[in-house]
Amino acid sequence: MRIVVCVKHVPDLQSTRGFTAEHRVVRSADDGTMNEVDENAVEAALALVAAAGDGEHEIIALTLGPDVAADAVRRALQMGADRGIRITDDALAGADYFGTATALAAAIRRIGDVDVVLTGMAALDGLGAVVPSLLAAALDLPQLTVVQELTYSDGALIARRELDGVTETLRATLPAVVAVTDLANTPRLPKFKEIMAARAKEIEVLGAADLGLADGASTNRTEVLRTDPRPPRPEPEIVTDSDSSGGRALADYLISNDLI
Amino acid sequence: MTETAVRTVLVLIENADAALRSPALEALTLARTLGMPVALTLAEPSTPALDQLADAGVDRVLFADLGEAPREIPAVAAVAVAAAAAHTGAGLVLLTSSFVNKEIAAHTAWRTGAGLLIDVTSLADAGGRLVGGKRVFAGTWDTECAVTTQAAVATLRPNALTAQAAASRGAAAVEGLPVAASSPAGLELLDRVVHEVSADASGVVRPALAEAAVVVAGGRGTAGDFGPVEDLADALGAAIGSTRDAVDEGWIGHDAQVGQTGVTIAPRVYIGAGISGAPHHHGGMQAARTIIAVNTDSEAPLVELSDFAVIGDLHEILPAAAAAIRSRRAAQS
Ligand SMILES: Cc1cc2nc3c(=O)[nH]c(=O)nc-3n(C[C@H](O)[C@H](O)[C@H](O)COP(=O)(O)OP(=O)(O)OC[C@H]3O[C@@H](n4cnc5c(N)ncnc54)[C@H](O)[C@@H]3O)c2cc1C
Ligand SMILES: Nc1ncnc2c1ncn2[C@@H]1O[C@H](COP(=O)(O)O)[C@@H](O)[C@H]1O
Repeated sequence: MRIVVCVKHVPDLQSTRGFTAEHRVVRSADDGTMNEVDENAVEAALALVAAAGDGEHEIIALTLGPDVAADAVRRALQMGADRGIRITDDALAGADYFGTATALAAAIRRIGDVDVVLTGMAALDGLGAVVPSLLAAALDLPQLTVVQELTYSDGALIARRELDGVTETLRATLPAVVAVTDLANTPRLPKFKEIMAARAKEIEVLGAADLGLADGASTNRTEVLRTDPRPPRPEPEIVTDSDSSGGRALADYLISNDLI
Repeated sequence: MTETAVRTVLVLIENADAALRSPALEALTLARTLGMPVALTLAEPSTPALDQLADAGVDRVLFADLGEAPREIPAVAAVAVAAAAAHTGAGLVLLTSSFVNKEIAAHTAWRTGAGLLIDVTSLADAGGRLVGGKRVFAGTWDTECAVTTQAAVATLRPNALTAQAAASRGAAAVEGLPVAASSPAGLELLDRVVHEVSADASGVVRPALAEAAVVVAGGRGTAGDFGPVEDLADALGAAIGSTRDAVDEGWIGHDAQVGQTGVTIAPRVYIGAGISGAPHHHGGMQAARTIIAVNTDSEAPLVELSDFAVIGDLHEILPAAAAAIRSRRAAQS
């Protein structure tokens, strides 16, 4: 089984996040991590390979992003991916959802014979949650998305998803695109030995021309016009629940501010 | 689209076989500011729904009939939406933001070559280009993004604007549009269970989390007892939310999870009780207009992010607040 896991490098949620003057997300090695749900995607890939049993298996971590984004691929290699690929090109910088999906899909086609494309449910920087669907559309594959439980048997994937007031069970034959949530599994923490071993694994770099996307910018369909920091919130008004007055204080706040 | 032509805005309407919910009416309100709204339904519209559409100024209602094809599958629904967009020459397809609708939006945009704007809270025409506004990074930045293609597909966050009736009623005339589609090869929907609606003790249905004006959320600090949270929520007619930890513990269903990997909400009032305010949670509720925290720890991040906070035990504070609100209501009526 050959699995491609798409991993994104995003600013750490705990860090101060922002944009550059060119309206690009500020990315740095110190304040960046692999998008956390993409760790669940890597874990799901490892579980799939285990479930598939004997045979040749390969897990390839794939990212689109600048130099620092290699960290996300490195993390996947530490977790157990066999090799990594990073797509990067000036023509693809600032890719929107379409630019991203087009480039990732082109790389997946180039890799060839891919049985499963695994992704996280959403990148926690933009919270788009659309790249998996766009990949399924671009590759013309069935999709299992927002997956909370994934099982593999008899050559097919069964997924349970719970969303918008509905629980669904879907079955997809391979090849398929699968996007997992943070509830799908618990990502492993790489051990020292694995971290060292990952250093030796290769990260191939692909440019737009390698993907037949030399005119990469034209795959974007949107343009960021403005990114402005917002003023900080005003200081909170804090009351302490002494003499059991807190409940009334809460009710009074709602009533006096016309909130109910 | 030429400069002078009025843009057709195709609005995907859910629940058209019952009554329309607020997010659909909000989308129609926005659609009227951008061109001529055309409603698209994937189910036969009910009489009350048509009445609401007429009030929203809709003249034309397209009922896309997918026949036997499973319209619950987003890629299938998108075939109908794309067909309706082509049929009406829509310059914009507007959906309300939900997990399923984002998937439908992605497939529709892929099929039609349209640019995609996700989770916008505003949408305006700037010299013929559509520009969407969105607040990101847990409410710390405002961004604007323009669509550079002819056509656009956008999902609108519930509660971003207030639904209003149109100045004049529309005809809401239904037109059938047969659409040929089949399930994507290799994909099968084995089972689909619609969750029971959440109701209070007297059977009054609670509002849906994503669209509620007031949300009371409980976290690990409830210690598994959501009674106080429900009590205050029901006194306020609010929806109930939670953190992932409460879901993980099995105290409440995943539908109630607010946050980056749960539901994103933007209510008028958010009350978080026994919730620390981790960035994963905060990222999903920062758009609330007023944030209230109830926590034993005055240093909890949610307290620092709030407009108003009560420091103390939620098990005491929430029922007392609920009682005060009920007695106030009783005094008024
Ligand atoms: C990939 C990923 C995605 C995630 N997505 C989400 C998400 O979408 N939504 C989400 O919520 N979380 C999410 N999380 C989890 C998140 O990081 C936090 O762990 C979680 O939000 C904490 O939940 P909590 O506030 O209920 O618990 P805690 O952090 O344990 O906070 C409990 C709070 O209750 C207070 N308290 C205790 N007793 C009382 C009492 N009697 N009265 C009043 N206050 C009391 C405490 O002081 C404390 O502040 C995600 C995590 C990961 C890794
Ligand atoms: N630049 C990228 N490189 C690799 N994978 C990506 C990239 N952007 C998005 N993805 C994948 O798509 C998922 C959903 O992203 P999004 O649709 O942007 O929220 C992520 O969890 C990743 O698995």
